[in-house]
Amino acid sequence: MVRRIKRRNDDRGSEILWGILVIVLAIGLVSGFYVYLIQGSGEEKLTIYSGRSAELVNDIIEDFESTTDIEVEVKYGSTSEIAGTLLEEGEDSPADIFYAQDPGGIGAVEHMLATLPDELLENSPERFRSPEDKWVGISGRARVVVFNTDVLEEEDLPDSIEDFTDSEWEGRIGWAPTNPSFQTMVTAMRAVWGEDRTEEWIEGIQENDPTAYNANTPTVKAVADGEVDVGFVNHYYLFRFLEEEGEDFSARNYHLRDGGPGSTMMISGAGILETSTSREEAEQFLEFLLSQQGQEYFAEKTYEYPVHEEVETHPMLKPLDEIDFPEVSMEDMDDLEGTLDLLRETGVIS
Amino acid sequence: MFEVNNEFKRKLNQAPISVWISSILVTAAITLPLVYLVIRAFGAGIETWDLVFRFRTLRTMGRTFALVVSAPLLSLGISLPLAWLTTRTDLPFRRTWSVLTALPLVIPSYIFAYVVIVALSPRGMLQGLLAGPFGVERLPSIYGFPGALLSVTAVSYPYLLLPLQASLRGIDPSLEEASHSLGHGFFSTFRKVTLPQLRPAIASGGLLIALYSLRDFGAVSLMRFETFTFAIYNQYLTPFGGRMIAAALSMILLLFAVSLMVMESKTRNKSQFYGNGKGNSRDPNIIELGRWRWPALIFCSLIVLIFLILPIVILGYWAARGFTAGESLHMVWDPAINSLQVSGLTAIVVILAALPIGILTSRFSGKLSQILEKFTYIGFALPGIVIALSLVFFAVGTPSYQTLGLLIFGYMILFLPLAVGSIRNSLLQINPKMEEVSRSLGRNASETIRSVTIPLSKNGIFSAGALVFLVTMKELQATLILSPLNFDTLATSIWHATSEAFFARAAVPALLLILLSSIPMMIILIFWHRKGKYEKISGSL
Repeated sequence: MVRRIKRRNDDRGSEILWGILVIVLAIGLVSGFYVYLIQGSGEEKLTIYSGRSAELVNDIIEDFESTTDIEVEVKYGSTSEIAGTLLEEGEDSPADIFYAQDPGGIGAVEHMLATLPDELLENSPERFRSPEDKWVGISGRARVVVFNTDVLEEEDLPDSIEDFTDSEWEGRIGWAPTNPSFQTMVTAMRAVWGEDRTEEWIEGIQENDPTAYNANTPTVKAVADGEVDVGFVNHYYLFRFLEEEGEDFSARNYHLRDGGPGSTMMISGAGILETSTSREEAEQFLEFLLSQQGQEYFAEKTYEYPVHEEVETHPMLKPLDEIDFPEVSMEDMDDLEGTLDLLRETGVIS
Repeated sequence: MFEVNNEFKRKLNQAPISVWISSILVTAAITLPLVYLVIRAFGAGIETWDLVFRFRTLRTMGRTFALVVSAPLLSLGISLPLAWLTTRTDLPFRRTWSVLTALPLVIPSYIFAYVVIVALSPRGMLQGLLAGPFGVERLPSIYGFPGALLSVTAVSYPYLLLPLQASLRGIDPSLEEASHSLGHGFFSTFRKVTLPQLRPAIASGGLLIALYSLRDFGAVSLMRFETFTFAIYNQYLTPFGGRMIAAALSMILLLFAVSLMVMESKTRNKSQFYGNGKGNSRDPNIIELGRWRWPALIFCSLIVLIFLILPIVILGYWAARGFTAGESLHMVWDPAINSLQVSGLTAIVVILAALPIGILTSRFSGKLSQILEKFTYIGFALPGIVIALSLVFFAVGTPSYQTLGLLIFGYMILFLPLAVGSIRNSLLQINPKMEEVSRSLGRNASETIRSVTIPLSKNGIFSAGALVFLVTMKELQATLILSPLNFDTLATSIWHATSEAFFARAAVPALLLILLSSIPMMIILIFWHRKGKYEKISGSL
């Protein structure tokens, strides 16, 4: 049993520390109140829930603010996080706009979106927008196979994503099955191939013991590091790495030759919430994203494919007309629920 | 013990009504997440529970269990020798080692896990170093269990180290001397005399680490090790019923956490932690290491190198690459100010909320106060995402939604147990006779609390404030969901940058986060490790 008495004689140290604590806390309180006052003032604002990260869209949103003088507030998160938040908020949501990374994510909350006016819809090509006129496509990303350039050449790679079920790829594949882009690709597979063939593909890949990453970025990194030889990802992550690490980064993109669902075009889309209180400003924002200025931003700054046909793609990218895309209607791309069921049944996700 | 009449004793045991009211209010407020879980999980229907009770859930349970058991064990393996070396031996630069080895507590798990991946993945930096001289082509995979264990341990072992150092310092040397004189050697004495006295510290520190590994998100998600917390997050991301499954999984997680806490309280013996007169203890004997000081120094250096220096060096390397590529600093200041502000405010709020409960449970212990105390542990038993979602559920549509106030309220639920524990433990070390004297001299209960109890527990209050500040700086999951619009903290900007592969851009806020959290941490540590101060802090973690 420990029995001792505790009495202090030397209190000066603690007096000083208390002084510091009180000062720090006082500064915190005052500045917090100041922030509160600033946030409390101000009139109607446009509230954007962005499933695309700040790194990708912050600059274009700031451009919008300075061109239109509309004040914007943004909530960032992953598309599924934001969709989850919107579902949880329901009719009370303060959001005016949902700007999503992919059709699956925006489809999950489509019932909460308002029908868009024709002027807006005209600016977005029909194949890249909601069949119910609830959202418009803003920019595109292509599904690709990223490969390690130390062990593979583009010629070594098979024509179709189906060929990766061959046992020669055992232990060499990386994928990100919880990632919405991957799931959208599976949705496209189900539309093009049908359920059975898609299921066979999933099972075939699983037999090859793929490494599961939690997102595209680590997949690309793992391919460059040689942890795996190939990865199923979106095209534009590679260019960020090339930007930060230079040309010796040992991974490159391969657009599958067969034009099957392995090279699905993924569309980021934006819609206006039915409960929005700033409908007019929200429409202005969508218009801005689809304008020449907005589309050039996506082509040049985020290495994406613009949906506006007159805006040119980045010179580092393979031009759109040289890639074979599968024709999948946006209606079919909406069925994320069916895809999740399939992925759960096959045990790819929980 | 002197005689007291029963009337006086009865009065002594009555807490002032203000303490009761504030304790009950705080407790009622923090049970909101439970209400939410019950609503969600019972609204779920049979199919959801079907999905939950599948083989996959069992495997998730197995993985969670593995981490919850091994992280405290590995932490003990690191902390016990460190604590002993820094308190009971003539190790050179003892105090410096004490501070440096506790500092990894400021590193968020998502940063450490990321650094581990950069350094130790099959083709990471270590492989690069080994490739030349040894021709190592690839290292075994770090992902999954090993990486998760390493990262979780790295950022949580100080929870065990600090109470162990305090207890070792506080042990009465006469017991060990008696053992030696009876012919027991060093190891035999350590096992039979020293170790049993460390049991409360090991149990409480181990519990903190076990609960931390239950609710950690950053490390397990980067390491792709699907524990319950990660599974809950994945379910929440899944539209169409995912939120119901998430709630059902949260209930299982809650059960898990509650049984851990029950186990810990069973091992806690009912010993008295305060003395009853003038001290009868001397400083413990210092053992001369002799030749053994070299391996001891190597051990300490390795710990500091892996858990502190390596992360900072790798982040510095990324930051430097960012600067040469023309990254600017302007993105960092606003988040830094936001982080400092919200963490400071949270520290005040949590202390104010924790004080009445701490006083109630340590001074006026009864059935009801014990129940209240148990409820404060909700924040330890549920991951940030569940608490955040429950607040969204209750607050959406009210003016409090997406305000700083709601965010701080969420932090309060999460971090209240940390503060209550710290305050209560510091009070338990103060002889209640101090207060009895005050009462017998005519002061009433609330006057006594104001003029005696609170001043005596100010070390506990101070360390509680610093700890809450520190963990608020690191918090990610609840911050992502609850923060006001246009409100970025250092933690969220790091997360956003890494999720889009801008590693260089993440490095500067990460370094800043570590630097700014180190300041309160250094203050507590230097304060604690001043000679002769140990008794005041023992167990205040």
